[in-house]
Amino acid sequence: MPESVNKGPSSSAPAGEKIRKTAKPKKKKAGTFGTALANTPFVVWSAAFIIIPLLFVLYYSFFDPEKGFSIEYIKVFFTEPMYMKAFGLSALYSVIATLISLVIAYPFAYFLSKVSPASQRLQMVLIMLPMWMNMLLRTYSWNQILQDNGLINKLLGVFGISSVHFLGTPGAVILGMVYNYLPYMILPIYTAMSKIDRPLLEASEDLGCNGFQKLRRVIFPLSLSGVISGVIMVFVPSISTFYISQKMSLGKVTLIGDIIEQQIKLHYAEGGLNRGAAMSLVLMIIILIATFIMNRFSDEDEGVLM
Amino acid sequence: MKRVRKNREYAVPVPAKVFMALIYVFLYAPLIIMVVFSFNSGNGTTVFEGVSVKWYGELFSGRGSSGEYLAALKNSLILAVSSAVVSTVLGTLAAVGVYRLKSRKLSEAFMTVNNIPMMNPDIVTGVSMMMMFVFVGTLIGTSGDKVNFWTLLIAHITFNIPYVLLNVLPKLRATDRSIMEAAMDLGCTPVKAFFKAVMPQIIPGVISGLLMAFTLSFDDFVISYYVSGNDFVTLPIKIYTAVKKPVKPNLYALYSIIFIVILLMLIGYNLLQNKSLKAKGKK
Repeated sequence: MPESVNKGPSSSAPAGEKIRKTAKPKKKKAGTFGTALANTPFVVWSAAFIIIPLLFVLYYSFFDPEKGFSIEYIKVFFTEPMYMKAFGLSALYSVIATLISLVIAYPFAYFLSKVSPASQRLQMVLIMLPMWMNMLLRTYSWNQILQDNGLINKLLGVFGISSVHFLGTPGAVILGMVYNYLPYMILPIYTAMSKIDRPLLEASEDLGCNGFQKLRRVIFPLSLSGVISGVIMVFVPSISTFYISQKMSLGKVTLIGDIIEQQIKLHYAEGGLNRGAAMSLVLMIIILIATFIMNRFSDEDEGVLM
Repeated sequence: MKRVRKNREYAVPVPAKVFMALIYVFLYAPLIIMVVFSFNSGNGTTVFEGVSVKWYGELFSGRGSSGEYLAALKNSLILAVSSAVVSTVLGTLAAVGVYRLKSRKLSEAFMTVNNIPMMNPDIVTGVSMMMMFVFVGTLIGTSGDKVNFWTLLIAHITFNIPYVLLNVLPKLRATDRSIMEAAMDLGCTPVKAFFKAVMPQIIPGVISGLLMAFTLSFDDFVISYYVSGNDFVTLPIKIYTAVKKPVKPNLYALYSIIFIVILLMLIGYNLLQNKSLKAKGKK
């Protein structure tokens, strides 16, 4: 809406409307020009640094500087068992990590929304604080805790339990994912829950809901949007991670992110750049589909509620 | 009656409190280990040999790895400040642009593009930008190392803009359009009217966008990893190479200091918030 058009002394809506209609076309042009001017940097920047780079991924997935067009790089993803295995493991571990995060975060967010407002604000700070610290170093710190002579094994030793190898197991990788991304699950669920009207909960009690029914019929549907965002925000970085698997599995578990990293490092040698691009493309498409399904799920449910 | 009710409202059963405490232990365990081992008198980060502050001295001596960490910290701060400032300007301008768009379809399309860097996994964003830079670099014959700072800056601005836009746009939507009109009626140019009348209302969104951009940029590893070279090394990238081998406690000392700084800032922010809420309550 061009602000410069409205020259009227009154600013009430209908009056403004009238004046806008009678405004001179020259002024209107200036407003549109202003809008275009404000939008230009964003449009140019997004085209140059968001859209075009993605087109380059597409380009390198199919074009080799020497051989020209080829579907070899996409095909290799489905024919070489190593790639399929890496993808399968990434999908499996990230789904497990997402589920564990959800199971932990949901009750946590629920209880958090029950404490006093001052405590809620303080605890939000406490949950966000670790996210401000370097992820690599925190993961490295977990690596040190889980070492054969690390803190956990020392504690187990006190109880006479012999040392357990944690590092290098799938469990350690999943722990790394849950640890790094748990706050991303807690925050949106908590936000959704804190928006639920208290009177609504009281009404459901008055209408005879017991605790479980209240949770299932009122709280869960109203917090679903937070759950969906949380699931996406944990799943996407988990399935595409590479440093968590490196640090927690000591190179024993290779995930799709690790393969992309290795291929990209090869640069032009052995078609590394092309394979890296092709795998990024496949990863992106899979995540797009997963996100689309998740969002559909939430939209439909909101539709039912309305 | 009211008092009883209030207590019931905030009652959380003891098992729930224990559960929450355990989650905090889980979230803070690696940070506590980091702080504790920064005071280790030994050389490692697994076995605690005794209390000493020597690693703090070592860190500030700037010798060996400490010097590299401090140089990387400086680079990270330069990059975070410059990318936060540029992306705040561009993101705020973009928010104004999207806000003023008349076509709903067009503004939805803009928002979709805006969401791409947030929805895409970081590795894909990093790889895609790197491919473009590699392509352009081969075309104009510049090696990555020379323009390293600029590729990092472009990448950081790109992933920061969406967050700034999403912080500013809701504030803009909450403003009263007639205020801008009134300012212009009183003789302001559109630009002056924006800064005098609209800016004071959206400034909280602009500031939170700026802070978010700063922290995202300061902490980013994955995207930086793909668009950087050897010429301009940021702290997360330095850490990535450092933790391939066992690190010395001087790195923990550096992050313990960063931890305390962030903690104090957040507590200060929290106190301010509580104070302003109380002030509002009294009114």
